[in-house]
Amino acid sequence: MIQVQNVSKHYGQLVAVDNVSFHLEKGDVLGFLGPNGAGKTTTMRIITGYMPPTKGSVYIADIDVFEDPQAAKSYIGYLPENPPLYEDMVVREYLDFVADIKQIPKKEKNNRIHYVMEKCGITDVSKRIIGHLSKGYRQRIGIAQALINDPEVLVLDEPTSGLDPMQIIEIRELIHGLSGERTVILSTHILPEVTMICSKVVIINKGKIALEESLERLTNKMDGVENILLKTRYSGEEIQDQIISLPNVSDIRLGLESELIIEQKKGTDIREEISELVMRNGWGLLEMRPVTHNLEEVFLRAITSEGN
Amino acid sequence: MKDTYPILKRELRSYFTSPLAYVILVVFQVLSAMFFFLNLKGFLQLQFDPNFQLLREQLNLNNAIVVPYFHTLSIVLLFIIPLITMRLITDERKSHTAELLFTSPINLSSIIVGKYLAALILLIIMLLLSSLNILVLTLHGNPDLGYVISSYLGLFFLGASFLSIGLFASSVSNSQLVAAVIAFGILLFLWLAGASSDTETSFFGYLSLINHFNNFGKGIIDLKDLTYYISVMFIGLFLAHAALYSERWR
Repeated sequence: MIQVQNVSKHYGQLVAVDNVSFHLEKGDVLGFLGPNGAGKTTTMRIITGYMPPTKGSVYIADIDVFEDPQAAKSYIGYLPENPPLYEDMVVREYLDFVADIKQIPKKEKNNRIHYVMEKCGITDVSKRIIGHLSKGYRQRIGIAQALINDPEVLVLDEPTSGLDPMQIIEIRELIHGLSGERTVILSTHILPEVTMICSKVVIINKGKIALEESLERLTNKMDGVENILLKTRYSGEEIQDQIISLPNVSDIRLGLESELIIEQKKGTDIREEISELVMRNGWGLLEMRPVTHNLEEVFLRAITSEGN
Repeated sequence: MKDTYPILKRELRSYFTSPLAYVILVVFQVLSAMFFFLNLKGFLQLQFDPNFQLLREQLNLNNAIVVPYFHTLSIVLLFIIPLITMRLITDERKSHTAELLFTSPINLSSIIVGKYLAALILLIIMLLLSSLNILVLTLHGNPDLGYVISSYLGLFFLGASFLSIGLFASSVSNSQLVAAVIAFGILLFLWLAGASSDTETSFFGYLSLINHFNNFGKGIIDLKDLTYYISVMFIGLFLAHAALYSERWR
């Protein structure tokens, strides 16, 4: 359904996207991950035909987006990072306008507008001025706008950013309900979101693809390895040195909040040995628990190994 | 081209849901009425001038009121039109709706033409309102309608050229203020560059936006002047198209 082939985008000297390729089948939901400034938005803008790539090409339903943009764009619904809203318009009028520029036939227009308003839960604000609505409603109007032409391809750039937890759950459920027949690309930096709704993951860092994997294979890979998280009152170099010299420890590194993540060899349990070590040295044990190898770590590993 | 209609409709609605259109219409109408009555007052005072009988030949309603009135309107347009066009494209960038427009299956020319037509309609409303002043004249005198019609035609083409230059200025800028300044700068340059020379003999004289208006003001509709204004309109729209098209290639 979507084919991205060797796409690069240069802004002068800066390489924003560097030789990115991936393809999606009909019905795939792609979680597009990466740190800020990794090139997610640029890639999505290229896929939607907003800007041409410096090199490479994009095909939507076998149509080259830059050979025949008109045809390709009619397959796409796009929610940019900031929802594209006319603040001075009434919600209903705005959707009417979007339906017009997306060339929806007059007969279907009313039905489509009612359908997307219903689906996105904005029916009760349909007569309000967009500029007066809350961030959550705006985001929903943005999604409604992307859905109005019943697109086969849905491109959503951080659809849940800036929303409160309740709204995040609602939008997530909405997206989950929308997938199925549609092909969805969703960028985010909320990692659990990906495990909840995506079927495929692409991690991009500094413009390059750092990892591309189906979620199924990724979870299989992550299974079986169990790490130990360790927090101690005293923190010093020698803790790491002494732990790594234990027989069943294969790796040790600092976690996000400067706690230690200890990787143990498969089929071993080193918790007793570690607690004994901590006690003996009087480092002050604060916390120790097993952590499953989660997406967060895959993500961190993917983007840091790229850096080296 | 049927795609221009939704763009045009939205743009017009946005002019009239914000105070902008009303403020512009009121300011234009107040200024034109003020200049009209200053001309009228001057004309009336001349009637009591002892030399009036000598000047009688030149001092009819047309030369004393109609011609200077339209000349003043052309200057008022120069100041007001950058304010009409400044938001046309910059606002789409600011509200991120440029991304919606440029990822929709409509082409760039429809977007530009739709916006341009909306601004033209506002211009026509302005000109229609200003004709109320002339209407007053017809109650008690008989101004030459030929002058009036050719002057309005001239003002329309002059304004339309201003608008296309303003649209271009808006397409190269991210801020309304900058767009207005660029538009005003280009207009004033084209206005002043050749103002002292004529259209036949000097290059700048030919370029000058106002020189081509003079014939219209005298009741002459010349194909050369029409060609000039229509060319300026197309060049402005073409440059706006080129600016928006190339922007995304960079």
